Amino acid sequence: MAFILESFHSALILIVRLDAELLNIMLLSLKVSGSALISATIVGLPMAALLALTSMPLKGFFLNLMNTCMGLPPVVVGLFIYLMLSRSGPLGFMGLLYTSTAMITAQFVLALPIIVALCHSAIVSVDPVIRQAALTLGATRSQASLTVIAEARYGIISAIIAGFGRLMAEVGAILIVGGNIAGYTRVMTTTIALEADKGNFELALALGIILLGMALLINSLLLIFQRRAIVRK
Amino acid sequence: MKRVYSFGSIVCLLILLLSGNAFADSILCASTTSTENSGLFGHILPIFEKDTGIEVKLVARGTGAALEMGRRGDADVVFVHAKEQELEAVADGFFVDRHDVMYNDFVIIGSPDDPASIKGLTSAVDAFKKIADYQTVFVSRGDQSGTHTKELAIWKRTAIDPAGQKWYLEVGQGMEKTQRIGNEKRAYVLTDRGTWLATKDQLEMEILMEGDPVLFNQYGIMAVNPEKHSHVKYEQAMTFIKWMISDTGQTAIDGFRDKLGNSLFIPNAK
Repeated sequence: MAFILESFHSALILIVRLDAELLNIMLLSLKVSGSALISATIVGLPMAALLALTSMPLKGFFLNLMNTCMGLPPVVVGLFIYLMLSRSGPLGFMGLLYTSTAMITAQFVLALPIIVALCHSAIVSVDPVIRQAALTLGATRSQASLTVIAEARYGIISAIIAGFGRLMAEVGAILIVGGNIAGYTRVMTTTIALEADKGNFELALALGIILLGMALLINSLLLIFQRRAIVRK
Repeated sequence: MKRVYSFGSIVCLLILLLSGNAFADSILCASTTSTENSGLFGHILPIFEKDTGIEVKLVARGTGAALEMGRRGDADVVFVHAKEQELEAVADGFFVDRHDVMYNDFVIIGSPDDPASIKGLTSAVDAFKKIADYQTVFVSRGDQSGTHTKELAIWKRTAIDPAGQKWYLEVGQGMEKTQRIGNEKRAYVLTDRGTWLATKDQLEMEILMEGDPVLFNQYGIMAVNPEKHSHVKYEQAMTFIKWMISDTGQTAIDGFRDKLGNSLFIPNAK
């Protein structure tokens, strides 16, 4: 088991030295997963609210679809986006393949079902009394809905954390649409996969430890938000 | 309200990060894992970039995937090692200006006790036949890579169809991982000498068969046909191709050593 200590040791050395290349890779990871997560939240939260607070046709089917898509294999999503963005595909004229935009697009598709499904369940579990109380106190329908969504913030942040976890750990989709190009589309997970391929297991594990550290940091920030959400309740 | 501001600042920060990519004269090269994992491209690309100011973005895949990227127009130049497939793709009009660049060779590796006793054989076809006769485990790339293509060509000559046999494992992974699986399974593996030399200290295997001309491994470079895909950077791709087969490029390839000091590729452009 000495390899674990060794890897922690190399991880420490890597962090202390923090060369430009590693920093770039770390920032790109955050940029790709962060942008995908934020756009998925901007799109997904209203969708979840719509599903939870209004009655619309095919609602059950749509929810089932979203829940199923939480388990979409990243490789399949990557392949689909690849074929869409390929020069021989329908969106090829945009020249987006092997760019960070392509990676963000793929991760957006992966994060959206998680955000929609988990936000939906957070919003529907808000006590219906709150909505009624808001309406009785003279709120309009949309104001009452906003109150309900605000009341669900604890669960919504949990959904965002779950989405973030999936994206930071994801390698299959971004490897296909990003190409793992050094200095352009190489992120933490694809670097780890490459180093493992090269047989540099210790370095790969050390990078994994750094990735975990990054996730820990971001999650701590989100948890602080979440805790504040309870205090205000 | 405070929360809205902090959320907004995160969004702004991300937008700033997003807008970072400066425009540069660059081409996309689809190549094989052996050229990247060995460190060859890390050695020659900086020299090329300094000489010409053109940046080469490298996407490393198996030969089959790299060729497909070129056919679809998703790369500007392709650098792979499956000469027959390359010539076929040129004949089909997908690529132009194909040139030989360098070579190394394939070797058959396996556990030192050599259960099928292929050691001392001079023909790879005979070695494959013996492995099949003794039903000792053989690990295949199974991924349409250049190495896999070569392996299938040898099987074809033995008139044995290994597919589906219980001793024949198609793992669908890169060369390094395939070797590693072969190591765990005490199996035979067809590998390229470059990958073998770079990783042999991590494996309890040895070269059991080498030197058959059939095992020659030619690398070639070619440009995506601009008549098929008008967006490709044909001119820059040709600068790269001409550089690779020029004296400067060939000397750079010759000067490359892996981390253990081995010379992995022998330049042979005409």
